[in-house]
Amino acid sequence: MTVGAAATGRGVEVRLEDLQRRYANTTALAGLTLTMAPGELVALLGPSGCGKTTALRLLAGLEVPDSGKVVVDNVDITNVPANRRGIGMVFQAYSLFPHMTAQQNVAFGLSLHKVNAAERKRRTDEMLELVGLSRYANRYAHQLSGGQQQRVALARALAIQPTVLLLDEPLSALDAKVRSRLRDEIRRVQLEVGTTTLFVTHDQEEALAIADRVGVMNAGRLEQLDSPTAIYSKPATPFVAEFVGLTNRLAGEVRNGEVDVRGIRLPLVQPEAANGPAVALVRPENVSLVADGEMNAGPLVGTVIAVSFLGATSRVTVDLGDVIVMAQLPTSEATAHTAGTKVRLALRKEPVLIARDEKASSEA
Amino acid sequence: MSRSRRLKLQVFRTAVFLVMGAFFLVPIGAMFEFSTRGNSVTAPRNLDAWTNILKTPDLIDAITASLELAAITSIAMLVLLLPTMVWVRLRLPRLNRIVEFLSLLPLTIPAIALVVGLFPISRWMRINISDSILMLSVFYVILVMPYSYRALDAGLAAIDIKTLSEAARSLGAGWATVMLRIIVPNMSSAILNACLLSVAVVLGEYTFANLLTYENLQVAIAYVGLVSAGTSIAVAVAALLFAFVLLMILSFVGRPPVPIAKAEDADFQVSQTVGLSGGLIGRSGR
Repeated sequence: MTVGAAATGRGVEVRLEDLQRRYANTTALAGLTLTMAPGELVALLGPSGCGKTTALRLLAGLEVPDSGKVVVDNVDITNVPANRRGIGMVFQAYSLFPHMTAQQNVAFGLSLHKVNAAERKRRTDEMLELVGLSRYANRYAHQLSGGQQQRVALARALAIQPTVLLLDEPLSALDAKVRSRLRDEIRRVQLEVGTTTLFVTHDQEEALAIADRVGVMNAGRLEQLDSPTAIYSKPATPFVAEFVGLTNRLAGEVRNGEVDVRGIRLPLVQPEAANGPAVALVRPENVSLVADGEMNAGPLVGTVIAVSFLGATSRVTVDLGDVIVMAQLPTSEATAHTAGTKVRLALRKEPVLIARDEKASSEA
Repeated sequence: MSRSRRLKLQVFRTAVFLVMGAFFLVPIGAMFEFSTRGNSVTAPRNLDAWTNILKTPDLIDAITASLELAAITSIAMLVLLLPTMVWVRLRLPRLNRIVEFLSLLPLTIPAIALVVGLFPISRWMRINISDSILMLSVFYVILVMPYSYRALDAGLAAIDIKTLSEAARSLGAGWATVMLRIIVPNMSSAILNACLLSVAVVLGEYTFANLLTYENLQVAIAYVGLVSAGTSIAVAVAALLFAFVLLMILSFVGRPPVPIAKAEDADFQVSQTVGLSGGLIGRSGR
């Protein structure tokens, strides 16, 4: 599969500088600053209303920021209208023009850019081939499945050779199986054309799987921007730790740079934290189970209530009486623990983040 | 569905079709019958009333004027209403109710009251702009607005104009291109519907034209009716048939292409097994 020379290696640097946007009494973006390297795929991840779609729409020019700058390839485009930005976009809702075939949809942007008929045909065919839909070129949107429509939308966005590609939750309307496949397809195409890409999603699996870097947003701010591995294993804030992946919330007491959780002292990510009650955020894979020896009642002894098979690993849910804890183990180990058996928990001494919120006092 | 139930349904449908058909066609048939009567009870049937249409210059002028008014009104209505409705939906959705209320308002005001209110404007336009009958189209736009608004509103509701217009804009389209190449083709049926309603209202309009002393089709029919009832009825039947032809055109234009079964999502060229990504799935149990 080939891509035209002009369509490869077209990545440019994108900078969002202190973008702010308010709607009536709601702050959608409270000073977002983000730099994307040429050819990079950055995923903005966050719950509904965190401002990720607003950031994308400001970059697309579909909305105007209250303050801040949008800089693409060192050119300030903050006040450039959407149709003159040369930014391609794939939407969450199916956005193919219903009165046009797949081929006409892909060629639409090219005709607006005054590309001659022969070149238009060549690039349209090339883009449809890129997304594997050459044989559906003459079909209308209603004759294509959801996944195919989004692939045509991707081809249409890439056909104009955009400086930046924006993906606004393009997979959320699809079923799980198609979503997983199309996600990989998008990544393959993005790597092939090399366009700087911003991918907005609320699905952490999607973000962690597809992106070079993931930005986790909360309440209009970027909480952390880092590689998927770092986001998961070294969350910068309690919000990131809790939003990305599974986290056990275990009440404890901070003392001299460590947190005491049910008699086990765990190191802190922020050793300078003040002494006092806190909730330790412990990943399930840092919890292991011991089932031998005497199982006298104790703060870390509980009953297995469920074992969920996930493939190579399994998740074991243990009821400690006052709190439910999840442990993620290799499936070979997890099979030893069936529902109803008594187990003792062991916590790996990895640095943990702590949260100090209203739940800290209640989760004793 | 059982066979007897299907049969009952078919009988019911046929009965409704026949009753409705009779309801619409019997009066037209009666009008046609009347227009072909001779001058006395014993006189043979003839088409004099129909041929008289062509021999009455005032009538031809009135028909021409009404057709021109219908065309101008339809175009003016579209130019005024469609971009406004699209803009309100995209940018000012809070004003949607107000625009709907204003558009439907002429329906609640009797034509005679509207004419009285608009008379000073009509007089000013006659003195300062033109005395042509085509100036009536300014008032007819107000008159057809409630019907056209409903038709266009249904068309706009059927498409996701926000996403489609944003997609087009991101591809480089200006607002004029968005309107002409994206929105209009996707609501061609609604636009045709709105135009047909406008044409029907304009062709049937009498009060405005008569009270503002213009001679359109209906006013001419009324005048001709004083001299030759047969001719006036023939013109009325012709006008009804014209509307019928327009309806037929509407039912054949803008039909979606013959559907083809949707392709399966499974036909990805890149095949892979679905990953079971264990620990990364889900959020903490808050």
